[in-house]
Amino acid sequence: MTSSSIVLIIIITSVATYISRVLGVLTSERLSIKSKIFSWFNYVAYSILAALISRMIIFPAGALLESTLLIRLIVIAVCVAVFIFSKKNLVLPTMLSFILLTLLSDSY
Amino acid sequence: MIHTKSYLQGLKSLIGIRSPALALAASFIALGAIFKQAGFSLEQSVASSLFTYALPGQLVMTESYLLGASLINIFISVWLVNFRFYPMTVALMPALQHKSQPRWKYYLSCHFLAVSSWLIMKDGYKKIDKKYRLDYWIGIGSGTLSSAVLSTLFGYLISDYLNNNMMIALAIVNPVYFLCMMIGAMKNIKTTVAIIIGIILGPLFYLTIPEWSILIAGFIGGTAAFLMKGKNNDI
Repeated sequence: MTSSSIVLIIIITSVATYISRVLGVLTSERLSIKSKIFSWFNYVAYSILAALISRMIIFPAGALLESTLLIRLIVIAVCVAVFIFSKKNLVLPTMLSFILLTLLSDSY
Repeated sequence: MIHTKSYLQGLKSLIGIRSPALALAASFIALGAIFKQAGFSLEQSVASSLFTYALPGQLVMTESYLLGASLINIFISVWLVNFRFYPMTVALMPALQHKSQPRWKYYLSCHFLAVSSWLIMKDGYKKIDKKYRLDYWIGIGSGTLSSAVLSTLFGYLISDYLNNNMMIALAIVNPVYFLCMMIGAMKNIKTTVAIIIGIILGPLFYLTIPEWSILIAGFIGGTAAFLMKGKNNDI
């Protein structure tokens, strides 16, 4: 493909993504934070994100495929423990995840 | 036009021990390197993160491009992968509404919606005066989007120095950050139920219906939590 088709693909991807965001704003216009529909969307959104994250860890795409599930689960468990015991510090577990996986990938 | 104090307060979410900057940097540095390997130019890579700003969709785009998929196929796969933004926007925007805010600000600022900005906003919006929540959101959004764009640029430039092990390690940072944020969000029983059902059903459905697995798992988990007895929560 040529360079202009890459540009076209980028535009198409951006439009396909923006549509969902803007439809969300349109739906929200008359929606009260106290309504039942809002509550339902709230739980669905949390559940979708949880499903996405869990899928990313158990069935990853791309580079993570080259690590084993066991190693990923060990890294995740350690980092979540650090997060909980550090009073919800996010910088520590994110840094640690990178270091741990580099070390574990080197030794296996 | 914008309430500076609230905007800066939102922007400040990038610093401190709760910062999403490392997670964003790790994933978008990796993306920049992937773009370079796929044959994108520097400008195209930066433009993609600036105008799409949705990691899974950008990865699908790159894969489809390398496989030579048609434009319509790319459109449909990206739309499906990023459709989660629809319920996420609906679960956020009503909390930011105020009659003093002009409508165009909602339509422009919804571009900032991503998993990280959404989780940060959900975590903190109650502390902000209703009138200025949208400005706070724009602060969070412009900070996270800029981090993503700059990291894509950086990743593109240093891609030759990233070895395979580093690419693997970069890819774990974002899921770890998301998971910790989700655990932090489990502040009440109904949200906790929605999250746990999602965590279980997401990978399970992926085995049979990969494209729809996330949305259907979330639909079931969210509806189950909603139907549970007890007060509904708005965060």
